[in-house]
Amino acid sequence: MRRFAIPAIALAVAVGLLALLGFGVAHLGTDSSIDAMVARGDYPVAPNAQMQLPILGSSGRESLADLRGKVVVINVFASWCGPCVAEAPILEQEQRQLVKNNATILGVAYLDNSSDSEQFVRQHGITYPVVRDVSGNFVKGFGTSGVPETYVINRQGRIVALQREQLAGGWLQQTVSRFLTQPA
Amino acid sequence: MTRAARQIAALALLTALMAGLQALAPAAASATPTPRASLTDIESDVMCTSCREPLEVAQSPQADSERAYIRMLIAQGETKQQIINNLVAQYGPSVLGKPPAHGFNLTVYILPPAILILGVAILFVTLPRWRRRTRAAVAQPPPDLKPLDPGEARRLDDDLARFGG
Repeated sequence: MRRFAIPAIALAVAVGLLALLGFGVAHLGTDSSIDAMVARGDYPVAPNAQMQLPILGSSGRESLADLRGKVVVINVFASWCGPCVAEAPILEQEQRQLVKNNATILGVAYLDNSSDSEQFVRQHGITYPVVRDVSGNFVKGFGTSGVPETYVINRQGRIVALQREQLAGGWLQQTVSRFLTQPA
Repeated sequence: MTRAARQIAALALLTALMAGLQALAPAAASATPTPRASLTDIESDVMCTSCREPLEVAQSPQADSERAYIRMLIAQGETKQQIINNLVAQYGPSVLGKPPAHGFNLTVYILPPAILILGVAILFVTLPRWRRRTRAAVAQPPPDLKPLDPGEARRLDDDLARFGG
């Protein structure tokens, strides 16, 4: 019995290490479950709605829950990202229409430092609120794997559309207009 | 002192020696003045958060942005530690090359020394046992070995004499 003790310990350690490796790898992948639910029309509740995020250039904080009842377009961006620069005018133009319809864009600066994000906001004349997700925990709930990404949240707080690449054409305007007329 | 007690004492001495060396390292570091921060030094300790590569090898717009930010902080006279703290505040803990020591990340710090200590402990236990077994095997003839009878002994001597010249 004793002669098996050391091989058994070595085996247990090896199995433990493999389990750790498996756990780590399983948590590295991107989460595409939201995409599948939205595609099916089974709109998921927007995650992390209560999470308070710091407002860019201010000491205040804001959460998605604070905007409940509005149609919210979450745009995850970074100042160093070329596609984010390209879509900034589309977002700002859309914001001018949204504010008239109890709706707003919410910019989420991600993987970016605050001074660069603030410069980005100034350069592109952005008027919609922008928060910072320093830890990445807010966007992680949306399965964000990079920038830019855009999510449309309806008045009931559910994700009804998303775009995991640069906004192009009239996608944003066409998508959002479908939900603006819905009651809160 | 018994053999087991000697082994435990040696193991305890080794552990104490390792702990002492670890304790001495920061003391030695703090005795020297804080060096001026440099981009190459900091780059090796932080990650490009979007590409998940060490910043020193990362080539991406975000990596360039991060480098520019570090250069700005260096120009402001911040120390390496202040710059790293600043990077964590801006990009989150994922910017660190070595993960912070809490939660699941603790495995990174606990597992390697634990495996080393376990390996040394196994060697301490098994090596003397293997040596004892080998010595015993050499000292004792196999139990079923019978002495040669006179005829076989004579034939063996003859053969040895023939091959030995």
